[in-house]
Amino acid sequence: MSAVLNDETKEVLTSPLIDNNPITLQVLGICSALAVTSQMSTSLIMAVALTAVTACSSAAISSIRNHIPGSIRIIVQMTIIASLVIVVDQVLKAFVYDISKQLSVFVGLIITNCIVMGRAEAYAMKNPPFESFMDGIGNGLGYSLILVIVAFFRELLGSGKLLGIEILPLVKDGGWYEPNGLMLLPPSAFFIIGFIIWAFREWKPVQVEQSDFRIMAIAHGEGGHH
Amino acid sequence: MEAYVSLFVKAVFVENLALAFFLGMCTFLAVSKKISTAMGLGIAVIVVQVITVPANNVIYKYLLEEDALSWMGITGVDLSFLALLSCIGVIAALVQILEMILDKFFPALYHALGVFLPLITVNCAILGGSLFMIERDYDFTESVVYGIGSGFGWALAITAIAGIREKLKYSDIPKGLEGLGITFITAGLMSLGFMAFSGIQL
Repeated sequence: MSAVLNDETKEVLTSPLIDNNPITLQVLGICSALAVTSQMSTSLIMAVALTAVTACSSAAISSIRNHIPGSIRIIVQMTIIASLVIVVDQVLKAFVYDISKQLSVFVGLIITNCIVMGRAEAYAMKNPPFESFMDGIGNGLGYSLILVIVAFFRELLGSGKLLGIEILPLVKDGGWYEPNGLMLLPPSAFFIIGFIIWAFREWKPVQVEQSDFRIMAIAHGEGGHH
Repeated sequence: MEAYVSLFVKAVFVENLALAFFLGMCTFLAVSKKISTAMGLGIAVIVVQVITVPANNVIYKYLLEEDALSWMGITGVDLSFLALLSCIGVIAALVQILEMILDKFFPALYHALGVFLPLITVNCAILGGSLFMIERDYDFTESVVYGIGSGFGWALAITAIAGIREKLKYSDIPKGLEGLGITFITAGLMSLGFMAFSGIQL
């Protein structure tokens, strides 16, 4: 395996996990992160589906990248991605019908998940197929990581369960845990992702954004602050 | 007429695409640093939405829906599974045309929007609008009203958050939370506010 995965490929595969995470740093693919994370099971399926689509579409687009005219590239990319999503949708309906029902339109919205399109545009159009495939897997995993963390907190605190198995016994069943209903509503995902970003940036200060300006001290009355 | 007004109000406030359905979040968070850029993008979204929702409505009603081909004498054909592909095809084509027009006539706006213009194609708000139109079975006039309303609601939301972010510059935020982190939390609070509309029946 080490012969196949040279250092550059490994870098492509692992850097999207923390150092260049698609959700927390590149700000891509947030819509579904908010909508499907109220349960672990749906998030896991969604994560697998998205990783598969990103990897396959990157590889496919990269292998024909020299033949796509620049002016119609978006339509070509969308057609490839949409076809792959229809395949994924049919597979999900065939094998995990219940979860596919719960995901409803969000499987279709993988087409418009910016991670897929963003990687196609930013990486696959310039790099060979195998690296693009790895880049797709890496970014898919980075997305999955955030999705699973968010779903963990939302399902555990919102309904006291993980993957449908009771962890915290609820008050209404004679236990002690009063479920936090806010966690099941989408705004909680905003807060959790906000806190994850905070944690990541405290851990890796490189990721802190440069502020566009500084508030100047006016203590000595000579600053350029008017 | 009254029905259209209430559909418009509903699309703007009660069912705001950005803050009630969380569609188009990527661009919503990334392009909301300045009010002027946010408004430019908001207008682009309104334009794209106003064109694509009715266009998809016509295509769906006359080509894809079950028995829609009966005007050609073909019955018993249901192509609705192709809706995803046709919607996104129409959207991608229209965005590409819009990109060329902006590049030619409004270069300043074109450069301000940068990579986010091609990404309007993958703005879930646009595809989401068309999918909701199909799901709710709007007729042509309703789809025009819904296109304007949902685009306007999205533009309103992104302009509002850009305004808040401009004010946020003056606040003392923990280092790691600056930028994206605090934006997420702001958006969370805004969406909590918009949830107040969710019980209103018009």
